[in-house]
Amino acid sequence: MDDLPIEKSGPSPFARFLRAIAAVVWKDLAAEFRSRELLSAMLVFSLLVILIFNFALELNVKERRDVTSGVLWATFAFAGTLGLNRSMAVEKDRGCLDGLLLAPVDRAAIYFGKALSNLAFMLIVEAVVLPVYSVLYNVNLFRPGLLMVILLGSVGYIAVGTLLSTMSVQTRTREILLPILLFPVVIPILIAAVKASGGYLNNLGMEEILPWLNLLIAYDVIFTAIAFMVFDYVVEE
Amino acid sequence: MNAKPRALLILDVLSALLLAAATYLALIYAPLEAVMGAVQRVFYFHVASAWIGMLGFLAAGVAGIAYLRTQNLRWDIVEVAAVEISLVFFFIAIVLGSIWARPVWNTWWTWDPRLTTAAITELIYIAYLMLRQGIEDPNRRARFGAVYTLVGAVSVPITFMAIRLFRTIHPVVIGSQSAEAQGGFNMTADMKVAFFFALFAFTVIFADLLWNRIRLGHLAQEVEQRKLKVMQ
Amino acid sequence: MTMIEVNKLVKRFGLKTVLRGIDFRVERGEFVALLGPNGAGKTTFLRILASLSRPSMGEVRIAGYRLPSQASAVRRRLGVVSHQPLLYGDLSAEENLRFYGRMYALDNLDRRIDEVLEMVGLAARRRDLVRTFSRGMQQRLAIGRAVLHDPDVLLLDEPHTGLDQDACAMLDHVLRDVASRGRTVVMTSHDLARAEDLASRFDILSRGLIVASAPRHALREGNLLDFYRRALEN
Repeated sequence: MDDLPIEKSGPSPFARFLRAIAAVVWKDLAAEFRSRELLSAMLVFSLLVILIFNFALELNVKERRDVTSGVLWATFAFAGTLGLNRSMAVEKDRGCLDGLLLAPVDRAAIYFGKALSNLAFMLIVEAVVLPVYSVLYNVNLFRPGLLMVILLGSVGYIAVGTLLSTMSVQTRTREILLPILLFPVVIPILIAAVKASGGYLNNLGMEEILPWLNLLIAYDVIFTAIAFMVFDYVVEE
Repeated sequence: MNAKPRALLILDVLSALLLAAATYLALIYAPLEAVMGAVQRVFYFHVASAWIGMLGFLAAGVAGIAYLRTQNLRWDIVEVAAVEISLVFFFIAIVLGSIWARPVWNTWWTWDPRLTTAAITELIYIAYLMLRQGIEDPNRRARFGAVYTLVGAVSVPITFMAIRLFRTIHPVVIGSQSAEAQGGFNMTADMKVAFFFALFAFTVIFADLLWNRIRLGHLAQEVEQRKLKVMQ
Repeated sequence: MTMIEVNKLVKRFGLKTVLRGIDFRVERGEFVALLGPNGAGKTTFLRILASLSRPSMGEVRIAGYRLPSQASAVRRRLGVVSHQPLLYGDLSAEENLRFYGRMYALDNLDRRIDEVLEMVGLAARRRDLVRTFSRGMQQRLAIGRAVLHDPDVLLLDEPHTGLDQDACAMLDHVLRDVASRGRTVVMTSHDLARAEDLASRFDILSRGLIVASAPRHALREGNLLDFYRRALEN
């Protein structure tokens, strides 16, 4: 018996792909703005991390200049795992991951949908942490270069984080496992982002910042591509 | 029962002999280095261990990709074997490096690119083993393991480059000599003999260990199979 | 027309063989109850039919399309209800349906949502969060979600799990409604009484094989338990 031909109708596959991504993002944002559980947890956690650093490092005027970018990125990295874990746990709790997989959409659309909403949550938290940090320590963090570094770093972090949290949520150890899996492979992001952020904060020349920006962009491109290629293996049985 | 293949037995013996010979060359045959003295002899096995760590790292990556393409659990066994060997040999390399670094750099540990990358690779391996431990279904365990080795295999070189953008104090013995490196030296002909022989010996030992570990994996699988048969 | 056709299906998890060569055919409009003890492989079998799990060997066709190579065409014709509701607690009933409707790229989504909510009796609670629903209401909405895209084949995995008598009765009402529209239904269950009420055919799965199969008219009233016991003894 031959395979039935699959009828082609309606919008193009690419348009359908984009619509599926939009549906996942809409769903995540709508649920989150209803409950605000994830964002409030990430925000409070971020502020606590900054508070802890404040006493651990004695963030006085002189030393602040050098450690600000490090404190910011450590905060983002820790808060990020909280968000990633929560975002995937929602899919696992009432079996929703199966619900997503039952839909006639490409698995990559599910990946990009989840990654975009995770990125949105991370950027929102960063958008609140930056002004708070600016006010608390009287440094102006709203510089275009720094904001670009934060965007590039977050993209790479989320690209890998979404892939790995999809794996960790399906294991016995769940939440505990994510930072252990994630941190050793996002070290390049953290190094490059800390150095590039520090470069902008200390008004260093472009020739000192550019290598780090290149590294961030390369990492983002490479790991988005890898996650796109292997996501099927992480969700399909 | 599956008797050990003759070729593997021969390889076992050969590995032992090569290890003995390499030890002789490194500790007795090679001349004493003028500046650093006896501690320099650590160098031969240090580099050879790191080399095996690299080989295992590459083998794990290749096995991971092969598993994802074929979905054949044989590749999963190869992958685990390579990861475990690489884990042990990077650890040996780090310890030997520390022994060398103490008198030469006056510190057990430095955040040098190679040292740090080796340590991060160890962390990735530990995460890999923890990931596998948390999954019951063997196919899913193999799939997730392969995906994670792939992610690790790509991130580690980028990590190395990132750390290298910081300044390095690790000596580059082979190839270009960086200006800041301390503890570099030029190898004499005798040293080169000991060095390349150690590399060769360790490569054979790597093949021997990998083969044995893969065989162990197959035997473990067979035990599992027999247990299932008894239960049914 | 044959809606489900399974030939020599084998599923292994590592070394463990869970399904050992299942042959299974379901014609359009049949309501098959798949019965069997725990660990017989019912859920695994249903997950393969649902395209969530790949067969290790054998052939699976749903509505003529082959799994897993034509999974996307199969998924469009398939509705699945599992013992988990597959719903988002922080979305309202209506929003849940809207999300799944978008994933299936449905036209006339608003009208379809109204129809489905009416059918499962949740029209009055459409704006309430699923989190606040009882287990029975969640399960009814889960059925609404499963039939939203008007699938030809409906797969149900233990849909009565965790429901009280009233909730079960309401669920059965909805299930009859769904099945009466010419849909093909396969339902796993270990509750013989419920299955006997609903199904038109009974298949017994034991240790990864279908060991017996009988249409409703071949069984005398109240005889399903007898049939089930004899099938498992052999």
